[in-house]
Amino acid sequence: MEKRVTFNERWLPYLLVAPQIVITLVFFFWPSGEAIWQSVLVEDAFGGNSKFVWFENFSHLFSDPNYFASARLTLVFSALVASLGLAASLLLAVMADRVIRGASAYKTILVWPYAVAPAVAGVLWGFLFNPSVGVVAWALSVIGIEFNYVINGNQALLLIVLAAVWNQISYNFLFFLAGLQSIPKSLIEAAAIDGAGPGRRFWDIVFPLLSPTGFFLLVINIIYAFFGTFGIVGSLTQGGPGQSTNILVWKVYNDGFRGQDLGGSSAQSVILMAVVILLTFVQFRFIERRVHY
Amino acid sequence: MVENRPLVTWLSHIVLIVGLVVIAFPVWMTFVASTHDQATMLRSPVPLWPGSHLIENYKEVLFEGYNAKRGTVPIYVTLTNSLVMALGVAIGKIAISIIAAFAIVYFRFPLRMTFFWAIFVTLMLPVEVRIVPTYGVVASLGMLDSYSGLIIPLIASATATFLFRQFFLSVPDELTEAARVDGASPMRFFWDILLPMSRTSIAALFVIQFIYGWNQYLWPLLITTRESFYTVVMTVSRQANVIDAVPSWNLLMAMAMLAMLPPVLVVVFMQRQFVRGLVETEK
Repeated sequence: MEKRVTFNERWLPYLLVAPQIVITLVFFFWPSGEAIWQSVLVEDAFGGNSKFVWFENFSHLFSDPNYFASARLTLVFSALVASLGLAASLLLAVMADRVIRGASAYKTILVWPYAVAPAVAGVLWGFLFNPSVGVVAWALSVIGIEFNYVINGNQALLLIVLAAVWNQISYNFLFFLAGLQSIPKSLIEAAAIDGAGPGRRFWDIVFPLLSPTGFFLLVINIIYAFFGTFGIVGSLTQGGPGQSTNILVWKVYNDGFRGQDLGGSSAQSVILMAVVILLTFVQFRFIERRVHY
Repeated sequence: MVENRPLVTWLSHIVLIVGLVVIAFPVWMTFVASTHDQATMLRSPVPLWPGSHLIENYKEVLFEGYNAKRGTVPIYVTLTNSLVMALGVAIGKIAISIIAAFAIVYFRFPLRMTFFWAIFVTLMLPVEVRIVPTYGVVASLGMLDSYSGLIIPLIASATATFLFRQFFLSVPDELTEAARVDGASPMRFFWDILLPMSRTSIAALFVIQFIYGWNQYLWPLLITTRESFYTVVMTVSRQANVIDAVPSWNLLMAMAMLAMLPPVLVVVFMQRQFVRGLVETEK
């Protein structure tokens, strides 16, 4: 879409876009270019000398079982975060859509996990499940379950999934609720007159009409699980114990800053960039379609 | 409500209340922990009801820090840093993207579409992905340990530019024509007509971007080495990762409460703008 009426100025528009373009060039294009360039170099251990090695960093990465383990872990993690998060928030949104009394009070409490930083969310959940003083860990031990995320890898993964779902639930809830409220009441009423009960109405009418929102949220949740959960991992498990919560975005940071493996870390960055571009593309294709609906 | 089924309505309330209790529980426990003394919080099971040390705990972390003897910085300093960073990111983003959107919508000039696409691609790459080289760039510009280093790399944003572009496209052309007939310069039109009309979009964006800036974790962690530039979110996370012989859970949780409070207040008090911002920035 274009404007019919515009202003004629020669230099003013350049002046107006300049701040954003300069910042984008310096802090976006330059580093991204550098990441691509670094990914084909190997630096020797003392720094300074670097050698052009074509795709050696990538072939190293693809023959590294740790990298595959991390990629598989990231897939499992994001599948868990997306499925649990969407199921829980859909349930709450459907219930909130039904009630009239107290709806806004429920909503106010449900929106604020969004405002809590992922890194702080990690600290809160770590406290609840702390092996020595955590109240949930204590309750679990009373019923005979030993919960210690510091030494048990599966429990550590479960804990970061819970913290991530909690952190993202307000977002999913608000979009589901908006989706539910935009479904015409007349459809529901017609089905009710034809004798369909609440369950039948949900599965045959509401659920299909909500599927565009659901698909959009699925993409957003996968992006969130891939990248947004960095803070949760950082304050809860730091990728451990062992490699059990070493998701890709943590591995980029860990290999680059702690392991000082610039080439390897940059190669991982380049792969992650490709993943984000793909996901964004899927999201945009879908939104285009939703507009035409 | 289509029909009256009291049983189903009750069930809905029960599910919602259970959900709310589960969601509020981590925050409740954090609050409870921040109101007891250190010894109480080291004996499991910990209490579920607030104690009597609220004021002294908060006073201690605010003005002395988590561990004054080890020289940790008082939390009011890190809170100030977070506030500067969050406001800087929110205002900076809004300022540079509203003028960029103005230029792209209201002028025809060579390279216009190139600029548009250059801004568009920044939508795709979160800072976590290109973290090592971005750090290198900021370091070579000498911006480590400074407010400008905390703020400027995060203010390039395609979402805000898109939102304003979308909004400007919906502004009737008649207004522009009238302004031109009256001899108003482009900047006059921007200040006196466009900017006042964008108020609601600006408020919605401000809420979202304030939270985004306040909740940054990785970026301040990397580029600050002096404690006087630490932000509150990263301080809480750092302290949680330090394994003390005798951890002060009460103080750590008081810090966590203080780190959560400002963005939660913004969301609760500006709920309408928040929901609007959330929905609009996703287009």
